[in-house]
Formats: sequence, C-alpha cells, structure tokens
Amino acid sequence: MTPFPDLAPAAPEIFLAVSALVLLMLGVFRGDTSTRLISYLTVGVLLIAVVLVLTGAGTKQITFSNLFIMDSFGAFMKVLVLLGSALSVLISIHYIEREQMKRIEFPVLMLLATIGMLMMVSANDLISLYVGLELQSLALYVIAAFRRDFAKSSEAGLKYFVLGALSSGMLLYGASLIYGFTGTTNFSMLASQFATHGQATGHAGIGLVVGLTFVAAGLAFKISAVPFHMWTPDVYEGAPTPVTAFFAVAPKVAAVALFVRLLIEPFGSMVDEWRQIIYFTALASMVLGSFAAIGQTNIKRLMAYSSIGHIGFALVGLAAGTELGVRGVMFYMAIYIFMNIGTFGVILCMRQNGRMVEEITDLAGLSKTHPMLALAMLIFMFSMAGIPPAAGFFAKLFVFQAAIEAHLYSLAVMGVLASVVGAYYYLRIIKVMYFDEPVEALDRTISGEVSLVIAGTSLFTLLFFFFPAPLLNGAAAAAASLFAAG
Amino acid sequence: MIVQSLAFYLFAAILVASAVMVITARNPVHSVLFLILAFFNAAGLFVLIGAEFVAMILVIVYVGAVAVLFLFVVMMLDINFRELRVGTLQYLPIGITVGLVLLVELALVLGTWVIAPDLTTVVAAPTPTPDQVTNTHALGLLIYTRYVYLFQASGLILLIAMIGAIVLTLRSREGVRRQNISNQVSRRRDEVVAIRKVPTRGGV
Repeated sequence: MTPFPDLAPAAPEIFLAVSALVLLMLGVFRGDTSTRLISYLTVGVLLIAVVLVLTGAGTKQITFSNLFIMDSFGAFMKVLVLLGSALSVLISIHYIEREQMKRIEFPVLMLLATIGMLMMVSANDLISLYVGLELQSLALYVIAAFRRDFAKSSEAGLKYFVLGALSSGMLLYGASLIYGFTGTTNFSMLASQFATHGQATGHAGIGLVVGLTFVAAGLAFKISAVPFHMWTPDVYEGAPTPVTAFFAVAPKVAAVALFVRLLIEPFGSMVDEWRQIIYFTALASMVLGSFAAIGQTNIKRLMAYSSIGHIGFALVGLAAGTELGVRGVMFYMAIYIFMNIGTFGVILCMRQNGRMVEEITDLAGLSKTHPMLALAMLIFMFSMAGIPPAAGFFAKLFVFQAAIEAHLYSLAVMGVLASVVGAYYYLRIIKVMYFDEPVEALDRTISGEVSLVIAGTSLFTLLFFFFPAPLLNGAAAAAASLFAAG
Repeated sequence: MIVQSLAFYLFAAILVASAVMVITARNPVHSVLFLILAFFNAAGLFVLIGAEFVAMILVIVYVGAVAVLFLFVVMMLDINFRELRVGTLQYLPIGITVGLVLLVELALVLGTWVIAPDLTTVVAAPTPTPDQVTNTHALGLLIYTRYVYLFQASGLILLIAMIGAIVLTLRSREGVRRQNISNQVSRRRDEVVAIRKVPTRGGV
C-alpha cells in the first residue's frame, strides 16, 4: 500500500489549482462583468503563491512517488514564473476591457497555464515533465487565439497549436527512447544509471543520445531557440499584446528551468554529448536573433526576434554546464522578465485615436509627447542591448564569464559580436523616439496598472546596479542546490 | 491452442480486410462503418494477448465515442469526397515511401530486442506481476496511489480543454428566439385568442 503523499512541497501548485477552480466558479456565476475583479484576485492569488513558494523553500524535498521535486533552484524559478504571470495579468486588465476581450476565462486560463509552468519547474520525472508542459501549452494555445474574431489571432493560435503538437511529439519520441534504453523515466534513477553505465563503458549509448536530442529539440521549440523558432514572430505578432507579453516571459522561464534541470540532473554525466547541441542552438539563436530583427518594422515581431536572441544568450550559460553557468542562466532570466514586461507595458501604451498601433515608426517623437514613457523605453532598450549600467549588462556579463571559465572562448566572442549587432536595432528605437519628428502623437490616456508596471520595472532595471546582492545570492544558492543533488 | 490460433487468424484477417475497405470504400459512411469493424477486431486481438482493459477501452472510447463522432462529422458536413480523391495516384509514391519507412522502423524496434537481449533486463519489472491481478485491477492499484499527481494534473488538462472549447466556439447570437417557459405558462386566453363572428360566405 502506497502511503499518502506529502502535500507540503506542492502547496503552491495545490493552492493555485484550488483558487483557479474557485475563480472560475465565481466568474461563471457573476458573468463577464466581474472580469476586473477576477483579474485582481488572480494577481493576488499569484502573489500568495510567491509567499508559499518562499516559505516552503530550503531543503530538497521529493514527493508523489518521486514525481515531484522542490528545491532552491525550483523555488527561485517558480518565483520568477509567478512574478512574470502576475505582471502579465496586471497589464492585461485594461487592454481586455478596451478590446472587447473582457471574458472571465482570460485570467483563469493564465492562472491554469501558470500551474503547468510550476509543475514543469518541479518535474522530477519524464512523465510529470510532459504533463506539466501540456497543461501549460494547452492553456497558451487558447489564449493565443482568444480574439477569435480576428484572423491574425486565430492564425497565431492555430500555428502555435500545430507546431506545439509537433514539438510535443518529438519530445515524447525522445522520452520513449530514453525509457526504452534505461527502463526508467525518473530523473534521479536516470542520473544514477548514467553514472554507472558511463563509468562501465566510457560512453553513453547511441540510442540515449538520439533520445536526448529529440527531447532537447522539443524543449528548444518551447523556448523558441533556433532552429525551432519559426513560429515565434507570427505568434507574437498575431496574439493579443498582453498575451504576447505573457508568452515572452513566463513560459520561457519555466521551459528554461526545465531544460536546465533535465540537462544538469539526469544527464549531468553526459555533458560532452549535450554541450554540442546547446552550443549550436545558443550560437544560432544569438546570431539569428540579432540579424533577423534588423529588417523588422513591427515592434511585436521585433520583440519576438529579440526574445530568440535573449534565449541564445541565456543558453550560453547552460552550454558552460557549470554551477557558474547555471547561476548565469537564472540571473539572465530574472533580468529578462523585468525588462521584457516593461517593454511590453510601453507597447501596450501605443495607441492612436483609441486603436492599437504596432509599427516602430509610430514611436516617432515620443520624447516630446510622452517624456516619461520615452525615458522608460530608453532604459529598457539600453538594458536589452546590454549597455551598462542597465541590468541587462550584468546579465550578459555573468553568462559570458561562465562561458570563458568553461573554456568556450569562441562562443563568448561570437556572443559579444552578436550583441553588438543586436544593439543596432535597440538603439534605432531610441533614435526614433528621441530624434524623429512626431507624425501623430500617441493617446494620453494610460491605465494605472500599466504605468505602475512600467515604473516598477524601469526602476528595477536602472537601479539594479546598486543592489545586486539579493538576486545574485539567491541565484548562486539555487544553482548550488542543483549541483549538490547530482 | 488451436482455437486460439483460429481466433487470431479470424480477427487478424477481418481486421486487415476491413482496414483496406476503410480507405477504398467509395461511400464515406461505409468507410466509418468498416473502421468500427476494424476496432472490434483489434479489441478481439487484445483480448487474445490478455490485455482485456485495452480491449474494453478500444470498444468504449474508439467505437463508442470517436467513431460515432466521425459518423456525425461525415454525415453533417457536406464534403465532396470524390474531389478529395482526385490526386490519389499522384501521392501514392509518397504514401508508399512513408509506409515502407514505418515498416523498417518497426522492424528495427523489434530487432533491437533480438540484437541486444540484455536490454530486457533493465526494463523495470511491472508491478504487480500480471498473473496475480487482472489488467484493470493493476491499473487501478497504481493510478490513484503512485500516480495520483499525474492523474489530478490530467484532470486539469481536460478542464482546460473544456474551457478552451467553450471560449473559442460559444457565441451568443442576436435574434435567436429561445423557449421561455414562464412566458408560455403565464399566457392567458384573452391575450392570444380573438373571437370573431364570421358571416356566412364572407371569409374573415
């Protein structure tokens, strides 16, 4: 008889699941007029979950028959995911009211997607990995197509769904190969099996490498790393803007966390095999993200390429495969969500005569019409380009430092060159805002939530340089917990 | 033994024959009916190898739900199947190639067990052993205890699928007349019935 599982490590997930059901019932009974209330409650629930994660963090706990793991690494990533989701819900409140998307399912689906992400971060088994991933993806497909009356939104949802199904198929195929060659799906058992098998034969089996490659391909799709990035620009452009903001932060953090855990914990002893894959993906993402973004005129497409590039930079840390590298990845993702949510907040303010505009040229002369908004965008763009003293500089610094200490010199040099190319299009936005003449000013009305988020994230990005210690120490402790396990 | 072999060949032959009929039948409704026959025979094969749970699921889920859904779709949507078949010969080589690749892959999968028999030793032993409990019992023992986390998570996934289907398809149409029972019941005779005197040969 299996004993009753210990529920305490999964408290945030259980709390979120129960809250999602309660909010859904509340919404169904009170109708779409209560959307604003439910959105605020969703933000509150996510923040309570942050507290639950922080109180539960500390020692490593495994529960549900080894399917679920909670450690400092997971806690750090979960806090990032929850903050990313909460900020996304917050900036969506005004938008969904204005664009006739005011339906109670919207915040509830975002909440359910967040549960999936937390499950991904806590996965300790290939099956729980897959179930978490599907929970997240299914909710994301629906909210991508949420404006079903608009062809672009439906197209985005459909494209994401079809390609997502394909990537899930690849991931499952890889997982089944791994299971076939080892007889287990559990991460800790996989790790011990690889360690003993690797010592006995001196190499990993070819079947395992094929399986690992397929799993990596499936996960690379979810983080939109090259060569699995094709869906990103279209989906980012077509989905409603707050949904794009959500896509750009929370699922990426969760998938990166999953990727790191999978490669470091069970496949830690196969580092030479997977480093080649990550090396190539990181390099290709950085280069493509930088060069393909140059020709973009739509700011949401630009952000899509920018996020591909950022994932490339984060993967540089993973390619190092060291504790320092993992710390760099976590740190990068933390900075990334703040500057990205802030930028999307500014994009949400881009309205002319009551309708959304998305062209970069629509930002012309923003410094004269909206000086504060232009200043915030300036900070975010400097940070994205990696210009000191903005936070993005330190993010890049740590991953490149890790790459150099792991003797990946060429990767680090290519990364720096790619970020120089990338700086061009970030600086172009600043040039358009500050030196071009305004054609038509943007609307003056900016919702309270959005301006709050923009102000908060821009202050964080700018002033991070003075108080880096809490985040750095948190990332360092979390990375150490991952390596202590292996 | 002989009865078993006979049953196997009977089920297998009907399965293959009906599978061929599924793709060759001219009438799409016939195709779906042959598909149902194929499902039943596959279920019979599963019973023969002792997987009675999968056999039941095949009949309940595939015949009971999926095939009936297919029938509905085929009958309700006016798809011109003759037009769809126009390019069949053109795509035949590609189809055959894909089929061959799948066949080779299957052979490789089965071959692995022959080439590397030591792999069978690493496979986790099924708990509990099949001769002690039935399939259904064994699944029930695991699914609500060891895998309760995944069971609950799958429930959430189905909930999302349901919400998603409602969000993406349900629309409130204008100008739809709905039945309003209280209105119907509270109607009174003098509101709706008018008594007219009709003169002989005069009409109303």
